[in-house]
Amino acid sequence: MTTEQILIVAGVLFVLLNIAAGLIWVERRMLALWQDRLGPNRAGPLGILIVLADTLKLFFKEDWIPPFADKWVFILAPAIVVASVLMSFVIIPFAPGIVVADLNIGILFFLAMSSMGVYSIVLGGWASNNKYALLGAMRGASQMIAYEVFMGLSLMGVVMLTGSFNLGDIVAAQKNWWFVVTQPVGFVIFFIAGIAETHRLPFDIPEAESELIAGYHAEYSGMKFGMFFIGEYLGITLISAMIVTLFFGGWLGPAFLPPLAWFAIKLFFFIGLFILLRASLPRPRYDQLIAYGWKIILPIVLANLLITGAVALWLRDH
Amino acid sequence: MLSHLRTMWLVFIHLFKKKATIEYPEEKVELHPRYRGRIVLTKDPDGGERCVGCYLCAVACPVDCIALQATEDENGRRYPDFFRINFSRCIFCGYCEDACPTYAIQLIPDFEMAEYNRQNLVFEKEDLLIDSEGKYPGYNFYRVAGLEAGVKKKGEGVNEEPPVDVHSLLP
Repeated sequence: MTTEQILIVAGVLFVLLNIAAGLIWVERRMLALWQDRLGPNRAGPLGILIVLADTLKLFFKEDWIPPFADKWVFILAPAIVVASVLMSFVIIPFAPGIVVADLNIGILFFLAMSSMGVYSIVLGGWASNNKYALLGAMRGASQMIAYEVFMGLSLMGVVMLTGSFNLGDIVAAQKNWWFVVTQPVGFVIFFIAGIAETHRLPFDIPEAESELIAGYHAEYSGMKFGMFFIGEYLGITLISAMIVTLFFGGWLGPAFLPPLAWFAIKLFFFIGLFILLRASLPRPRYDQLIAYGWKIILPIVLANLLITGAVALWLRDH
Repeated sequence: MLSHLRTMWLVFIHLFKKKATIEYPEEKVELHPRYRGRIVLTKDPDGGERCVGCYLCAVACPVDCIALQATEDENGRRYPDFFRINFSRCIFCGYCEDACPTYAIQLIPDFEMAEYNRQNLVFEKEDLLIDSEGKYPGYNFYRVAGLEAGVKKKGEGVNEEPPVDVHSLLP
């Protein structure tokens, strides 16, 4: 490992964790504005120090482990979600040369790592030994069955057109046309799957505070709850980064701004879209999500794959 | 799907709408004149206390936060010797105002009563009395009452006829 790589790793980690913390404030302000409120605007300029206040509060809360819980699994679960999401960031090219590991199976690595996140929900809910937490964990597992298949398949169109699993190659292949133009169906379906993957509204079925209190993390407090919290925001950032890389040309953009700036602009656009979704759409039942995933989206994504394959073959021969 | 996009657009539009939040310490709430806030004791137009110490407010109070002791002056006019409201107990239900036969006890639109010391929430009579007739201007109980208590002579009140000499009614 060279010094440059260590610097990139440290920089990516620093920026990501700060974005995830800052999203606490961004989300609360944006949600408030969309609900005709003002949101936290007292601490510091525009209320941005609410992040500091929230973090300090979480640190000073009692870190309680219920006596009926399975102690070690209970401690392990929140770490899994943060670790698995942070691992996925390894393959994302933020700008030319700024990538932690330029894997030639980048997308597969992302799919594998992001699916690990569901273990945190299932283990956390199960180890809590609480009926609502267990219900949340079961819903988390059922939700994974619903979205995981079409999430992988929706990316295969992009892979076919590029001919590579490497994310750097995928960005380079979008020099002329972003893949959102050539793969609009793939983009919409990956976006839906991404919302389900991060367990955000409208697909926050395992959490469902109006039905299951807080679902799988009902028994968590203090910094362990904070880890789930940060994991969720990191997940939003990850899915937004993947959408930008796969469908919106990654760092590509007119030359008057540096590539990193283009990446950041697109990234924050999609993060904002995630928050807008939370403000506007209601939550479906989990059986509705499964039926939707298998009966509607799976046929669409398979048809998309078929057509993309045919077009790719035709383009190769002509 | 289209309805979802429409919903998202309509929610996004709210970014530019007027906000419902009132930024409280800088910007005050405009309360209804009959808002049930702090409790006061009002005075009649002649500047006398309206309260006649009938204890009805203390009886009506569901949380027993009103304590008083009635007494009389040399003219036989009743007034409270002490009148104490414990606002740390008060639930601002307004039953005392309902019960009051002389419009003495009234709730006014003021809710800014926060204190650091709990004892400071116990209001005595001199804290409660205000130099105002409150919501019922011009009303003086002793002017409409049949009782003579130094305010007017018997038979001189509002809508009151002079006393009849019962002996003149003999056939």
